[in-house]
Amino acid sequence: MKEIVVLSGKGGAGKTSITAGFAALGAKQLVLADCDVDAADMHLLTAPEILREEDFYSGKTARVITEGCVHCFKCMEVCHFDAVLHKGGEFVIDPMECEGCGYCYHICPTHTIEMLPRLAGKFYVSKTRFDNTLVHARLGIAADNSGKLVTKVREEAKKIAESQQMDYVLIDASPGIGCPVVASLTGANFVVMVTEPTVSGMHDLSRVYELIEKLHLKSGCVINKADLNKKKAEEIKKFLQAKNIRLLCEIPYNIKFTEAISLGKTIVEYDKGMLKDKIVSTWEKVKELISE
Amino acid sequence: MQIAIASGKGGTGKTTLAVNLAVLLSEMFAGTDRKVLLADTDVEEPNSGLFIRGKLIDEEIKYRLVPEWKEDKCTLCKRCANICEYNALAFLGISVMIFPELCHSCYACSDLCPEDALPMVPHRMGITKRYHLNDNLQFMESRIDIGVEQATPLIEQTRKFIKENYDDTWFTILDAPPGTSCPVMEAVKDADLVVLITEPTPFGFHDLKLAIDTMEELKKKYAVVINKYGIGNDDVLNYCHDKRIPVIGKIPHLMEAARLYSKGKIMIDEIPEIRSEMEKIYKGICQLTEVKA
Repeated sequence: MKEIVVLSGKGGAGKTSITAGFAALGAKQLVLADCDVDAADMHLLTAPEILREEDFYSGKTARVITEGCVHCFKCMEVCHFDAVLHKGGEFVIDPMECEGCGYCYHICPTHTIEMLPRLAGKFYVSKTRFDNTLVHARLGIAADNSGKLVTKVREEAKKIAESQQMDYVLIDASPGIGCPVVASLTGANFVVMVTEPTVSGMHDLSRVYELIEKLHLKSGCVINKADLNKKKAEEIKKFLQAKNIRLLCEIPYNIKFTEAISLGKTIVEYDKGMLKDKIVSTWEKVKELISE
Repeated sequence: MQIAIASGKGGTGKTTLAVNLAVLLSEMFAGTDRKVLLADTDVEEPNSGLFIRGKLIDEEIKYRLVPEWKEDKCTLCKRCANICEYNALAFLGISVMIFPELCHSCYACSDLCPEDALPMVPHRMGITKRYHLNDNLQFMESRIDIGVEQATPLIEQTRKFIKENYDDTWFTILDAPPGTSCPVMEAVKDADLVVLITEPTPFGFHDLKLAIDTMEELKKKYAVVINKYGIGNDDVLNYCHDKRIPVIGKIPHLMEAARLYSKGKIMIDEIPEIRSEMEKIYKGICQLTEVKA
């Protein structure tokens, strides 16, 4: 069982559209994991039926027990997140600011602070309309710990893939290079980087590749909207050559991607021509490279 | 006066709006004592600087504090590892190992260590740079180093720096990170108004609703701008109308705009429709924040 991660430093480059295309093509071989837990969109194209739903707890939040508190202010003094407030003669912890470090809990002389588990989001195992499994999540509103929720989604997808004897876990990662992205990449066997020929596309690709290089991962690149700026596309190709990264395919700018999304379809279902062919051959190439 | 430009979904036009609005306002403020600060707080992938160039004013390496293990003082009591909620300290029997990327800089281990064996020391996160463009425009950017996982501490330092160093003569435009979790929440903390930019597609609509939920939770005043207006459908517009959420601009979907973006060019100089839409957005911002245009 191999893990394939689709990512792009920059948002809006086409990650989800391309991942959903792969998912439709390889439905019988893979479990799909939407690791963009901040703004998960994969369910919009795969119309999943939720089979299992779980609350996801991660970390803790402090709470003051008013009875017994001697108002020594120590909790307030030690908190580095300004989460302890003194309101109307009582101490209150702002759950939005509290990072659950427990410093106040340990320092409180009267033991009138308790640490409670923190609900960080919801986590789902679903059956998609392609008849395979999608593991996805919804981060709680304004919640912390997206990296941990990503890890939970990824690990659960892996477990299911193993039990179903699937060949792949296909992961749609979040934009950026920070903790949710690193958490998506932890078990990756191959990374598909999606970029676009724009100044931002080039810039973000180089940063995300630096991360991938640091983690010693095998990768290939898709240049989406490739005809938008031919000079930039050439620049990206030179970068790929210099870094010895495989160019998986170039996809021209096409409004059909948006049209497909608007109908809740993947591009390989909506387009029966060149765009579909490109996604098909890219998926084949990815499978080939991963088994090398 | 500070506005933050945010979006649930990435790639909807945060940077385009931030940069073009900043340039437009600096032109409008020319000859007055009002100034614009454009601050890119998308520290994982900061892109505003690709669209405007200026003279470097200063740069500063940014640090946060994490514990350092002092072998000579440690009695291996294990208290630190028991206290740490983030597994940032591992007790290995004869030593203590520290994982700075997991540390939240809460100081608990350091302060509660009975032997003072865990002093807090600076740990590099990234770099902040400031540029002068003209008398009415400054640009500031923070970026984390590759491999640094926590974006929020650098965003927090940047936000506090702006609060301390830029008074009311400045109109600050923050280019926020995408998403709905901690980095964006940190970025918008001081904003008088959050402008949520989206695109009229099911992805844009879905992620806009998440971003709206976040702003409601944070009790932030917000407004919506629709980018690439003309593609997709009217769901975003109808939703905002029903919920009485102000839509202060609709930036038309134009291939020419996408091409200018790809080259790193400002659009207001080349596309009059986009300039007039930016002017409308500014008016909308002024109305909502009760600032004189």
